[in-house]
Amino acid sequence: MANDFRGDPQEFAVVIPVPTFIERGQIHVADKALIDHLDAYSAPRLVEYFDENPCFYRAYAEEAPASAGRKLRSDNAATRALGVTIEAQYTVGEYDILILSAEQSNGLETWLKENGYKIPSGASRVLASYIKQNMKFFVAKVNLVEQSRLGFNYLRPLQVAFESPKFMLPIRLGTVNADGPQELFVYALTRNGRVETTNYRTVQLPTGMEIPVFVKNEFGDFYRSMFSEQVRRHSMSTVFLEYAWDMAWCDPCAADPLSYDELRELGVFWLDEGQSRGTPAQQVFVTRLHVRYDGERFPEDLVFQETADRTNFQGRYVLRHAWTGNDDCPVAREYRRNVRTRQEGEAQALASLTGWDIEDIRQKMDLQGDGAGGDRSWWERLWQN
Amino acid sequence: MTTRARLGHVRDPRDYQITVLASLLVYGILWLDFEVQAAHALGILVTAQLTQYVCTRLSGLPRFDPRSVLISSLSLCLLLRTNFIAVAVFTAGITIASKFLIRWNGKHLFNPTNFGLVVGILLTAEAWVSPGQWGSSLYLGFLFACLGGLVVNRSSRSDVTYAFLCFYLAILFGRSIWLGEPMSIPLHRLQSGALLLFAFFMISDPKTTPDSRAGRILFASLVALGAGFVQFLLFRTNGLLWSLALCAMFVPIIDRLLPGTQYQWQRAATTPGALSKGVTHETAFDLRGSRPGGGILAGIGESLLRILRGQGGRQAVQQSLSGGSGPTR
Repeated sequence: MANDFRGDPQEFAVVIPVPTFIERGQIHVADKALIDHLDAYSAPRLVEYFDENPCFYRAYAEEAPASAGRKLRSDNAATRALGVTIEAQYTVGEYDILILSAEQSNGLETWLKENGYKIPSGASRVLASYIKQNMKFFVAKVNLVEQSRLGFNYLRPLQVAFESPKFMLPIRLGTVNADGPQELFVYALTRNGRVETTNYRTVQLPTGMEIPVFVKNEFGDFYRSMFSEQVRRHSMSTVFLEYAWDMAWCDPCAADPLSYDELRELGVFWLDEGQSRGTPAQQVFVTRLHVRYDGERFPEDLVFQETADRTNFQGRYVLRHAWTGNDDCPVAREYRRNVRTRQEGEAQALASLTGWDIEDIRQKMDLQGDGAGGDRSWWERLWQN
Repeated sequence: MTTRARLGHVRDPRDYQITVLASLLVYGILWLDFEVQAAHALGILVTAQLTQYVCTRLSGLPRFDPRSVLISSLSLCLLLRTNFIAVAVFTAGITIASKFLIRWNGKHLFNPTNFGLVVGILLTAEAWVSPGQWGSSLYLGFLFACLGGLVVNRSSRSDVTYAFLCFYLAILFGRSIWLGEPMSIPLHRLQSGALLLFAFFMISDPKTTPDSRAGRILFASLVALGAGFVQFLLFRTNGLLWSLALCAMFVPIIDRLLPGTQYQWQRAATTPGALSKGVTHETAFDLRGSRPGGGILAGIGESLLRILRGQGGRQAVQQSLSGGSGPTR
């Protein structure tokens, strides 16, 4: 669990229903770089191709991965609750952790309020349903003394290891006091294949489009806009698959594949001990799901299943740099005409993906000297269709 | 209204079902990102028909009827997910062959699609079912089509669908009320195309449900309970499929405890002109429903029983169509 909480660490708390009692040894604080690496590895990316001189020879393409440059954010609204019976109490890294159980949600709510937790109205009802399912509550808050002693100025990811047949992620508590829709990334490392939600539709993020080259400088904006646009088109009711890949290889990779040690640190316990540490991991399939949700459209917790699907998928967008040479030959003239048509197509693809204004896109392409607008008819320029 | 006029309007309900499922499949493949590959669908449909043809010939059945097979294979296309066409073809073959191989007392034990899916998932490890892959608009369209089917067909064997939905809804809503969950949760759980396919096309399969109405209602309750058990206590997906496969094994016991008249495909038709065309869904004649506990055929006249026994079927039907004794009772 990695969280993008910004604010006074003293204000931070996280409450997560867990299906079993959690012992001290089952909790671990991970290095943030681990999640960052996983994020970079699985992030949607750009690929660049350079058109060759149509008159002479072939120049070859080069890959330039780009990280989405985002941070994780999950369950940050499920922050204020505690329980009636403190089953266990641990300090792990910079976190003070309580494992709580409760008989009644009212008692739990009272206890939480008495201990300075701000309870959103409605939380008690959600808590009650988890209590009736015999779930415990994993409550973590930041131990400021430990944090300053350890010298971290950010919250490191928390890891909890447990066995349970419940392959689900509780999101309901998080929707009670959320300020607008929340965003969540789920990275699943599994033995067999892709993970999907069984109670919400999982759809693939659009991929493979050719888009204008200026996006290279604003890929973060592009990615956020595209995701928002896709969420809007699906009425914010689907989970998006952004990456599904066999860890044994990637060609090309947005970032280096995770090492044996990193995977074990992330909780992949089934790796063969004898496996060479330098080689990419076998038997690990990574799925990256991205969801924006609120309580209305995501009324129940996410439930997952692991499928037998080992098909690789990644969000990948193609930048094709036009050949800008001055050579003149019949093929080059034909090429230049085609480039203009192609760039108009790229502008429209970008507008469709992101919901950005097509005219702004055309202008940006013109400004960069790619000449996309020059081929449009006078009525298109007149009314900016 | 005379019997003749009524019967003239009734068509084989399977035609309607096939239309609904085929439209859904075409829409899913062409317009929706439904993860159904056209080649797999074709492989399933062709394999199913071929298997049916071969098994029909081998078992010496007089007629090759593609319609039930089409329903089973279309359902399979909509539910089965795999990356390998060989798995799709294998599952389709198993689905249809099970009808001929796993029989008890003259009827097949498992719903073919259900059996094919369960065996495909268990044996190949390359198949799965994605119950969440139905958009809400598609779900609504499918829901109306299913409800429309109930109205259009008025099949007495719809009782198992009604009973199952009642029990399953009771479990979903009852559990949420007990947990204090908002009603949006059970409502959301109902929005599953896989559930509709199950309730309207799979559990309602007249050949694999108990013979008596009381038996069918008992069966529906067991399936619903089993599905709830798998979903909420074992926390596994596709509880409906596992539950139906398991409960199907109890149908012989239910039939012994609550006997009824066995369901048969009829050698009859809805209009005199179509008589020679052979097999028609039995429910075409069941315009008044059957008596509780009596099975569908118990309430229909002697003439229809003669048809079932192959005793002068044509005479009997013509007699009944001309307003004589028989199914007008």
